[in-house]
Amino acid sequence: MLEIKGIWKTFNAGTVNEKQALRGVNLTLKDGDFCTVIGGNGAGKSTMLNAVSGAWTVDAGSISIGGTEVTRLPEYKRAPFIGRVFQDPMLGTAPSMQILENLALAARRGQRRGLSWGVTKEEKEKYQEMLKGLDLGLEERLTSKVGLLSGGQRQALTLLMASLKKPKLLLLDEHTAALDPKTAAKVLNLSDRIVAESHLTTMMVTHNMKDAIAHGNRLIMMYDGRIVIDVSGEEKKKLTVPQLLELFSKVSGSDEADDKLLLS
Amino acid sequence: MLNFMNALPGAVSQGLIWGIMAIGVYITYKILDIADLTVDGSFCTGAAVFTVLFTAGTNLWLAMLAALAAGMLAGLATGVLNTFCGIPAILSGILTQLGLWSINLAIMDMKSTVAINVTNNEMLDRLLVSLRFVQDVAKGDRPFYQHPVFVVGLFTAALIGVLYWFFGTELGCALRATGSNPSMARAQGINTDFTKVLGLMLSNGLVAVSGALLAQFNSASEINMGRGAIVIGLASVIIGQVLFGKVFRNFALKLVAVSIGAILYYIVIQAVLAMGLNANYLKLLSALVVAVFLSIPYWKGKYIHVQVKTGGTRNA
Repeated sequence: MLEIKGIWKTFNAGTVNEKQALRGVNLTLKDGDFCTVIGGNGAGKSTMLNAVSGAWTVDAGSISIGGTEVTRLPEYKRAPFIGRVFQDPMLGTAPSMQILENLALAARRGQRRGLSWGVTKEEKEKYQEMLKGLDLGLEERLTSKVGLLSGGQRQALTLLMASLKKPKLLLLDEHTAALDPKTAAKVLNLSDRIVAESHLTTMMVTHNMKDAIAHGNRLIMMYDGRIVIDVSGEEKKKLTVPQLLELFSKVSGSDEADDKLLLS
Repeated sequence: MLNFMNALPGAVSQGLIWGIMAIGVYITYKILDIADLTVDGSFCTGAAVFTVLFTAGTNLWLAMLAALAAGMLAGLATGVLNTFCGIPAILSGILTQLGLWSINLAIMDMKSTVAINVTNNEMLDRLLVSLRFVQDVAKGDRPFYQHPVFVVGLFTAALIGVLYWFFGTELGCALRATGSNPSMARAQGINTDFTKVLGLMLSNGLVAVSGALLAQFNSASEINMGRGAIVIGLASVIIGQVLFGKVFRNFALKLVAVSIGAILYYIVIQAVLAMGLNANYLKLLSALVVAVFLSIPYWKGKYIHVQVKTGGTRNA
C-alpha cells in the first residue's frame, strides 16, 4: 500500500544548521498494516510522515501510495490518499468553522469543490450519528465552532474526519502526545477502533514504547534518519520494553538509550 | 448643527459606497486572514476604468463590469506575487498598489482627474448614483427610489445575499478553511494557493466596484481617491465588530455590520468636519481611530483580568 524507497532529506543544506533528517529510508507497508514508529527526538519519525504527506519534497528517493507515484505531487494532491491527525490538536481542524462544516470539508477530500452547497441535509444526519459513536456529546453541538472544543475532542473529531472518506493511508503523528493520560488513552482506543473498522493501512508515531508495542502489527524504530529496528508478527507480539531498549542500544551502538524513550 | 444635518444623507450614501469596499476588505482580512494593501490602488483602478469607459459612452453596467474585472486582475497580481512568487502577503499588496498608481494614471490618459460632466443632464440621468440625486430627491425633482441611500442600500443587500450563498458552497467553505487553518485545508485536499488567489480577486473586484460607485457619486475619478482605503475598510470592519459582534452571529449579519460600520465612520467624519476640523487632518484621525480599535482586544487580554470566583471544596 505504501512504498518508500531510499528517501533522503537535508534541511538548511550548506549552513551551520544543516541537518540530515532522513538518510536513506526504505519501508513497505502491506494493505491493512498498522505500523507503529518510535525513536528519540530528531530521529526522523515526523520527518518521514511529512515526506509521505508532502509537506515538502524529498531530495532523493521515491514514494508511492497504493501504486500511485506521489514523490513530486504537492500536498493537496496527495490528500485524497491520506488521512492525517497531527500532534498539535490545533492543526487538524478549522477553529472558526462549525463541527458540521469541518466534517463536510473532510467528506469532500480529493473531490473537486464547486458551487453546490458545502453541507447538505442528508450529511447532517449522517454526521450526527457518527458523532454519537464518539461518545463525547458532540452530536448535540453540530453547529458549535471547533475552536471551542477541548484538545481531546478535537483529536477525536480529526480522527473521524481523517477516516470519513476512507484513505489508503492513515498517518497519526504523535496524536495523543498533547493530551492528558486519560484522554490520550481514550483517543488511542478510538484510533484502534477506526483502524479496525475500516481496515486502514496506518502509521502511528509515538514516544511511548508501551503503546508502540501494544498497538498495531508492526513496529519500527528510527535512529539518526534511518530505520534501525523492524519487527512484526509473532516477534512483535512477544516484545517487551526492556527487550526493545536492549535492541536499541545494540543497533545505535550506545548504552544510553535516549532519555525521552526511557522516561515515557 | 444644521450644516451637519444637511450633510447627513450624503454621508450615509458615501458610507454605504465605502461599505462595499469594506466588505471586500472583510473577505481578505477576516476570512482569508491576510491584510491586503492592494485595495489602496484597486479602488482607484475601479473608478478610473469606470469613468473613462462611461464618459466615452459605454453602457453603465458594462462599465461597472469592466471595473469589477480590472479590480479582479489587480487581486490576481497580488495573489500570484504571494503564492507563485512566495512574497509575503503584505509586501505583495504594497507592490501591486505601487504599480497600480502608474497603471491608474495610464488608464486616465496621464491626467490626475477625469470628470463626469454632470451639468449635462443626459449624462447625469445615465448615472446610477450621484451626490446631485441626494439634493434632487430632497427637492422632489426625482423619485425617492433614485436616492443613493436607497440604490446603494439595495445594491449592498443583493451583494450580501450573493456572498452569503457563495461562502456556503463547497468552494466558499474551502476558502474559509484556507483562512481558518491552511495546513488543515491542504490536508483536506484544498489547493490553498488557488483559494487565496480567488479570495484576493473577489475582494479587489468588490473594492473596484465600490470605487466605480464613488466616482459616480463624486462625478469624477481622481488618482488619490483610494489612498488610505485599507484603513477606512479596517475601521469599518472593526467598528462593526465592536458594536455588533455580540449580537450578529450569522455571516450575512456580520457583513451588514461591516456596512453599518462604514456608515458610522462617515457620519463621525462628517460630524468632526462640521465641528471645524481642517479636512487635511482626516487621515491622521482615521489612523488614530483604527490604531486604538486594533489595540483594544490586545489590551483587554493583557491588562484586564476578569475576576473569577474561587472557592475550594469544603472537605478538600
